Amino acid sequence: MTVSKIWVLAEATDGKVATTTLEILAKARELADTVEVVTAAGAEIATEVGAHGATKVLAVGGTDGKLLGAPLAGAIAAAIEAGNGPDAVLMATSYTGRDVAGRLSVKIDAPVITNVVDLVDSDGRLAGVEPIFGGVTDVITKFTTDKVGIFLVRPKSFAAEESGGAAAAVEELSVPDLGATGAAVVTSRFVEEKTGPSLDEAAVVVAGGRGLGEKENYQLVEDLAKLLQAAPGASRAIVDAGWVPYSYQVGQTGKVVKPTLYIAAGISGATQHLVGMKGSKNIIAINKDAEAPIFAVSDLGIVGDVHKVLPKLIEALQARS
Amino acid sequence: MLLGMNVVVCVKQIPDPADPGALDPQTNTLKRDGKLILDESDSYGVEMALQLVDTAGGGEVTLVSMAPNGEVSGLRTALAMGAAKAVLVSDDALAGSDALSTSKVLAKAIQRAGEADLILTATESSDGYTGVVPEQIAELLQLPSVTFAKEITIDGGTLKVQRQTEAGYDEVESPLPAVVSVTAGVVEPRYPSFKGIMAAKSKPVDQVTLADLGIDPSSVGWAGGGQEIIEVAQAEARAGGTIIEDDGEGFQKVVDLLAELKVI
Repeated sequence: MTVSKIWVLAEATDGKVATTTLEILAKARELADTVEVVTAAGAEIATEVGAHGATKVLAVGGTDGKLLGAPLAGAIAAAIEAGNGPDAVLMATSYTGRDVAGRLSVKIDAPVITNVVDLVDSDGRLAGVEPIFGGVTDVITKFTTDKVGIFLVRPKSFAAEESGGAAAAVEELSVPDLGATGAAVVTSRFVEEKTGPSLDEAAVVVAGGRGLGEKENYQLVEDLAKLLQAAPGASRAIVDAGWVPYSYQVGQTGKVVKPTLYIAAGISGATQHLVGMKGSKNIIAINKDAEAPIFAVSDLGIVGDVHKVLPKLIEALQARS
Repeated sequence: MLLGMNVVVCVKQIPDPADPGALDPQTNTLKRDGKLILDESDSYGVEMALQLVDTAGGGEVTLVSMAPNGEVSGLRTALAMGAAKAVLVSDDALAGSDALSTSKVLAKAIQRAGEADLILTATESSDGYTGVVPEQIAELLQLPSVTFAKEITIDGGTLKVQRQTEAGYDEVESPLPAVVSVTAGVVEPRYPSFKGIMAAKSKPVDQVTLADLGIDPSSVGWAGGGQEIIEVAQAEARAGGTIIEDDGEGFQKVVDLLAELKVI
């Protein structure tokens, strides 16, 4: 027995499908006979998702200006109720993905399996693999009822890969009356300007933590990042402290990064942080506490004062360039 | 104009994150024995609620929580910050509850807490971090919702939220009542004063069971889970690297590795 039909929530910005969606599509088509996407983006993504293995775009219309959680969950639940649903719905652990998953779970009275980094077929039912305790233990969970399985998949769990499929067919998926639940509307959007490579895409990430001591010292992280054409990142501790914006945060609550090289400066390596960067190909850590958990995942660990090591490192790199 | 507003804040009492967690080998769920503290993620919602009530010129902040064994130590922290009262749900049948069970219980407890203009939560707890509870509560209560708020204002009875996005933030408007999840770090949670701590000891905590809330025990906890853990395995460990003590020349090792990786 195999999983027959999977729906993937497809997110897109200006007609360009999110990488996280493409990652999930790659895994979904490995697991199921039929893969279709549900989206608020419309028919314009049909070619791109088709090339990644989806055969159908279920386009949810009339969502302009609305927060997407309620209308998308409403449309999916209505289709399931009408007997046209899939075996499982997969969504990225994104702002929209979490909103849809929560509402959908109540509508069909089924749980959500969250923080999934891998999916396996367990006797014809999907099971999700979730790392806990900062990734030292994996828990594999499956549903025990015949209800549609809802999974929230962490970014960068799979590699996006084209399947060479034709453009997906497009069908409308209608939104039922949402009552008060659909009343939240977006009145304006603000894009925070950032220079240099983005955390998601950068080959090198330089991140700073509380060990930097004070806000002004984050400049060392920025300087090093600039020299290495890296994206600057941060631990939750210094985001919470207001040193840098939330968009810098690497970890469970922030971004998951898997760069070629991750440099952690003054970061102790709390579970919250390790989850977001443990998949990096190479890790360098600089921390004064030899017992810091970050060293357990580091290829190179310097037990020392970031205030001494970073300036010397920056100076040495400037001398080379 | 609203004259005063009542805000309910959902808070979780969790094992101290400074102590390493463990799974109960019998049930494969997180062990929750020992003293519980207020989840730091929730302190931002409590602070936000206190500020909103203050700005509105009246009303009160009510806490809602679910915890084993009538645990109140985390609630007392939030009461000491200034919340007026709390509803605490404790029931043996809640053991093994997943996010959906938790939301069903919290939704009923919110209704018990009285008329609320606004319901605040964290974006996710620090120990379970499923991140789906805020939307589940909103759907159960049939309310609009805005997740990942970094700023909340009330303007003539309309809720205005700056909502975190991948690119920056969106301005979102919604009628009240509504459910809003608050991003950690967006406000500075106040420290309870000595007076606050003393006052918190006598603030009312309404301790209730599933029966009090009219919830069928078979719909929550282990019985209502609808999922099972089929395996717990050690994840592949990273091979240990080279750890050196900085002797003033530690930076050179970094430069060497950067060159080896062709980053420079």
